[in-house]
Amino acid sequence: MNRTTLIVVAIVAALFAVSWIAHAVSMSGQKDNVVDAFMLTMAAFLTLAIFSFLYRDNPFYKFAEHLFVGVSAAFWMCQGFWSTIVGNLIPRLSEGLSGFFQVPYQASSWNFAYWIPVILGLMLLMRLTKDYGWLSRWPLALIVGTTAGLNFVRYLRSDFIVQVSATFMPLLSNESHPWEGFGAFLSNLNLAATGQLVTIVANWVIFLGVICGIIYFFFSKEHTGIFGRASRVGIWILMITFGAGFGYTVMGRISLLVGRITFLFKDWLQIIS
Amino acid sequence: MRRQIPFALVFIFGFFMIFQFFVPHETSEFFYEFLLDWIIVIGIFALALGIWSLFKVSVEKIKLGKEGAQYSYVTLVGLFLMMAFGFTQKTGEGWGLYFLWIVLCGACIVALMRLRASASAGSKRMWGMMALGLLIGAVLVAIFDDAWAFYFYTQEGLSNSMFRDFFDYIMMPILATMFALLAFYIASAAYRAFRARNLLASLLLLAALLVMSRFNPFLPGAEYVAKASNWLMNVPNMAAQRAIVIGIGLGIVGTALKVILGIERGYMGKG
Repeated sequence: MNRTTLIVVAIVAALFAVSWIAHAVSMSGQKDNVVDAFMLTMAAFLTLAIFSFLYRDNPFYKFAEHLFVGVSAAFWMCQGFWSTIVGNLIPRLSEGLSGFFQVPYQASSWNFAYWIPVILGLMLLMRLTKDYGWLSRWPLALIVGTTAGLNFVRYLRSDFIVQVSATFMPLLSNESHPWEGFGAFLSNLNLAATGQLVTIVANWVIFLGVICGIIYFFFSKEHTGIFGRASRVGIWILMITFGAGFGYTVMGRISLLVGRITFLFKDWLQIIS
Repeated sequence: MRRQIPFALVFIFGFFMIFQFFVPHETSEFFYEFLLDWIIVIGIFALALGIWSLFKVSVEKIKLGKEGAQYSYVTLVGLFLMMAFGFTQKTGEGWGLYFLWIVLCGACIVALMRLRASASAGSKRMWGMMALGLLIGAVLVAIFDDAWAFYFYTQEGLSNSMFRDFFDYIMMPILATMFALLAFYIASAAYRAFRARNLLASLLLLAALLVMSRFNPFLPGAEYVAKASNWLMNVPNMAAQRAIVIGIGLGIVGTALKVILGIERGYMGKG
C-alpha cells in the first residue's frame, strides 16, 4: 500500500470510529447499543465501499466484495446444515441422533434409505483425494441423471406444450365475446377494455408474434422471402420485449438505489425523517 | 468401471424420472419424493465441498503471496465469523466474553495463515507460537465463559442475533448496493442503446419509455400511458417471451435427452 492509500484508510477508519461512537451514544438507552451501532456503521461503510467502485476499483470495494463471499458461503452452509441435515435428514436417520439434536424422530420402515444419500455425499467429498476422486462421479451422476429426467418432463410440459397450447387462442370470436355485429365490434377501441375488437387484436398479435419470434430463432433455413419477412416481424416483437425488459430492469435498479440512499440518509446520517 | 457406472446411473435415474411422470401410482410418487430428498442431501455435501474449495483457494493465495492476498484474510475471517454465529448462542442477557472469543479465534486463523505463508524458520516459529497462544486463549474463554454456548443440540444457532445482524447489516447491504450500482451503468448503456437511429432502436426506446413511465402519476395522460404500458407487457411482450421460452424449453429437453443417453458427457470431467 502506498502512502496516499494509507492516509485514506486512516481517515476512513477514523470516520468509522466517530460514527460508531456517535450512534452508540445516541442509542445509549437501548440494549446492545454498542453492537447495534457497530452493525449500523458497518452497513453504511459497506454501502459506500460498494458505491466507491463508481470511481474505480479500490481496496474498500475489494474488502466488501471478499467479505461478502466469505459471509454468504458460511450463511448458506449454516442454513443447509440446520434446515436440511438437522431438520430433515437426522430425524430419519436415527432416534439417538434425533435425541442429540432435539428434533422429533420420524419413524418409517424406509428410513434406512436415507443412509444412501449420506454415503453418496461422502463419496462426493472423495473429490478432495487424488486416488479416490473418481468415486465422486457416482453421486454426481445421480444428481445429473435425476435433474435431467426431471427437467425433460418439466420443461417439455411448462415451456413447450403449455406455451404452444396457450398461443392457440380464438382469432375471430369466442364464447365470452360472441359476434354482435360490425358496429359493436368496432365500438370499443380502448386498450384497457375487454371488448371483442381489443381481445381479437391482442390474440392476433400474440399468435403472429410467437410464430414470427420462433421463425427468427430458426437458423436452419435462410431468412429470405416470406420467411425473411416473418423473421423481420419477429425481430420487431423481440425488440419491444427487450425494450420492456430494459425499462423494467432500470426501474428495479433505481428502486434499489433509492433504498440504499434512503438507508444512508435516514438510518445512518438521520438527516431525513 | 470408473466411467461406465456413472453413465448407467445417469441413464437409470434419468429414465426413471421421465417414466414416473407417466405412472400416477403412489409407489412411483413415493420413489420420486425419495429421490428429490436424496438430491437435496447430496447438495449439502456439495456445498461443503464448495466451502472447502473457497478455503483452499484463499489459503493458497496467502501462501503464495499473490496479488490481493490480503483480501483472502477478509474472506476467511468472514467465513469463520458467520460459521461461529451459526453454531453459538448466548445463554443469558449479556454476551460475556463472546466477542473476545471471536477476536481470539479470528486472530488465530490469521496467525495460522501467516504460519503457512512464512518462509523462514524463525518466522514460522513466531507465528506458530502466536497461533497456539491464541487457540489456548479461545479454548479457555469457551470453557470458562457461561454467557454463551455452542448450540449443536437445537436449531437455536440460527436465532443468534449476530447471525441475523450479519445477514441484515452485511450481506443485504452489499447485495442490494451491488444491484443498485448497476443503475448507473445501465443508465450509460441506455444512452447508447436507446438512440433512435433506426426502426429497431426506436421500438426499443419506445417500449422502454412506456414501461419506465408506467408508474409516474405526474405525467400528462398518466392513466393512458399506464394502460398502453400494461397492454405492451401483456400482449407483444408476452408473444416474444413465449417464443423465447419455447426455444429455451426445446433446448433444455434436447440437452436433457443428450445427457440421459450419454451423448453429452462434459459433466464427467477428464480422467
